[in-house]
Amino acid sequence: MASIEELKNIATQIRRDILRMVHGSQSGHPGGSLGCTDFFTALYFEIMKHNNQFNMDGIGEDLFFLSNGHISPVWYSTLSRAGYFDIKEMYTFRKLNTRLQGHPAIAEHLEGIRVASGSLGQGMSVAIGAALAKKFNHDDHLIFSLHGDGELEEGQNWEAIMFAGAKKVDNLISTIDWNGQQIDGTTKKVLDYGDLAPKFEAFGWKTLQMYGNNVEEVVSTLKLAKTLTGQGQPVAVIMKTHMGYPIDFMVDNHEWHGVAPNDEQLAKALEQLPVTLGDY
Amino acid sequence: MLDTYTDKDKKETRAGYGAALVELGRKNHNVVALTADLAGSLRMDAFIKEFPDRFIQVGIAEANMMGIAAGLTIGGKIPYTSTFANFSTGRVYDQIRQSIAYSEKNVKICASHAGLTLGEDGATHQILEDIGLMRMIPKMTVIVPCDYNQTKAATLAIADYYGPVYLRFGRPKVANFTPENEPFEIGKAYVLSEGNDVTIIATGHLVWKAIEAGKILTRQGVSPEIINIATIKPLDEKTVINSIRKTGCVVTAEEHQIYGGLGDLIAGVISRNYPVPMEMVAVNDSFGESGQPEELMTKYNIDTPNVLEAVNKVMGRKQMKN
Repeated sequence: MASIEELKNIATQIRRDILRMVHGSQSGHPGGSLGCTDFFTALYFEIMKHNNQFNMDGIGEDLFFLSNGHISPVWYSTLSRAGYFDIKEMYTFRKLNTRLQGHPAIAEHLEGIRVASGSLGQGMSVAIGAALAKKFNHDDHLIFSLHGDGELEEGQNWEAIMFAGAKKVDNLISTIDWNGQQIDGTTKKVLDYGDLAPKFEAFGWKTLQMYGNNVEEVVSTLKLAKTLTGQGQPVAVIMKTHMGYPIDFMVDNHEWHGVAPNDEQLAKALEQLPVTLGDY
Repeated sequence: MLDTYTDKDKKETRAGYGAALVELGRKNHNVVALTADLAGSLRMDAFIKEFPDRFIQVGIAEANMMGIAAGLTIGGKIPYTSTFANFSTGRVYDQIRQSIAYSEKNVKICASHAGLTLGEDGATHQILEDIGLMRMIPKMTVIVPCDYNQTKAATLAIADYYGPVYLRFGRPKVANFTPENEPFEIGKAYVLSEGNDVTIIATGHLVWKAIEAGKILTRQGVSPEIINIATIKPLDEKTVINSIRKTGCVVTAEEHQIYGGLGDLIAGVISRNYPVPMEMVAVNDSFGESGQPEELMTKYNIDTPNVLEAVNKVMGRKQMKN
């Protein structure tokens, strides 16, 4: 078990990795990646029972599915820092012949990735399928998934939410990154979907809410979520985050959804994130 | 040789799917069947009765069904998604592309009611673009069996093949003429009759129309070579090329748009290898409409007389060339 201090140090290093990867290729999505870093850190370094000796079927371990694939930098850094592949490979992000494609892919056989994502709205269905496979296999491990709040505008999510509730997929914990931002502006402005928790509850899910930029709170809430599994209902965790956290000129600014920092901006951002584990 | 093929035994190709599915359930405990509110139409009743725990009713939500199928493979399951061809392809193209094919998932997309012969429901339910849509996707295997026996054999065979497969079949009763219990070989073109004058390459329900045309041609003294292309992708190019080198002209026949289907595929192969006169029997850039299957095949020019007319055209052009 990692201490909260250790988790904070990991998260700080992952945030440095995100900024340096996106800067290195002058391409990618830093905003949502930075906002979700505490979640990824808690998930891979404290919550999930996972095996970094990667096996596609993942029998006998917890599995994670990223639906909003554009925040690939945070996942790549987390997987690498968790020991799935060499941290030096982060140099190759979004460059020709890389296994670290702009959006996650399995064709390049990057350890830790089990399905492609990027075209939004598909991840929850896949996570449900994987959860059902665990039930078929009498494997009592859990499925975790992450979804953007803007991504919920895709209708397939609501097919999946309806199915998981109706069919009692109770080994699934789906987290929504509720940062309120999408490419064209705030989710409220683009398509206001109102309160999320009552919607999930109406479809038969248990719901929890947490502040996602406090690793201690993320750990405790996800531990609570695990205790709610196996009771006939899937679990949704609505996670309030700040896009671009904690970089002062990026926070809550949707313009950092998919823009790479220039040299000066990178330097300013890294000043706010001391090296902890060592850069790649 | 063609006289050995008869239409005395007529069966639905979709019933071949249902019969194979229950056999597969007994043979392979990893097979899981899914449907989007069309279990009866896909003849899944026997599977559901015998294996209720390996049947997933998704409801009218095809995109979710494709995603769930992709997820089931992560854990070693072999999911068979089962709905109409229209809702198995166009409606869920992006889900198939990203979550299944690009992700190299072992999903079997089983599609019934393909083409015009769905009949009275009309154009919203008939699809004439699905072969094209599926064969354009990298890593997708595309299989179009021609009758009950072959659909059954193909349904069994794809469980032993690792990778995404699109399996297309139909609604009406059609001649069931391929040998019972003949194992299905993915990627093999089946030569139904050897001949020297013209190659007729057909797929799906049009294979029977090609046989009917072949019988008439034989009586007229023409020697047709008839090839059943049950696997559209990967195509058995060798058998196709060998045949056209021998006959010097070719007709394709399919229950699909002229664009993107078997005809386009064969045209590409012969133009790259051995150009010969060619005609395509296919629906000419049109949606279908309501009607009985046979009426529709006649109206949309994909019937036996159309195959004969196309044969006359290519043989005429071959003679001019010589």
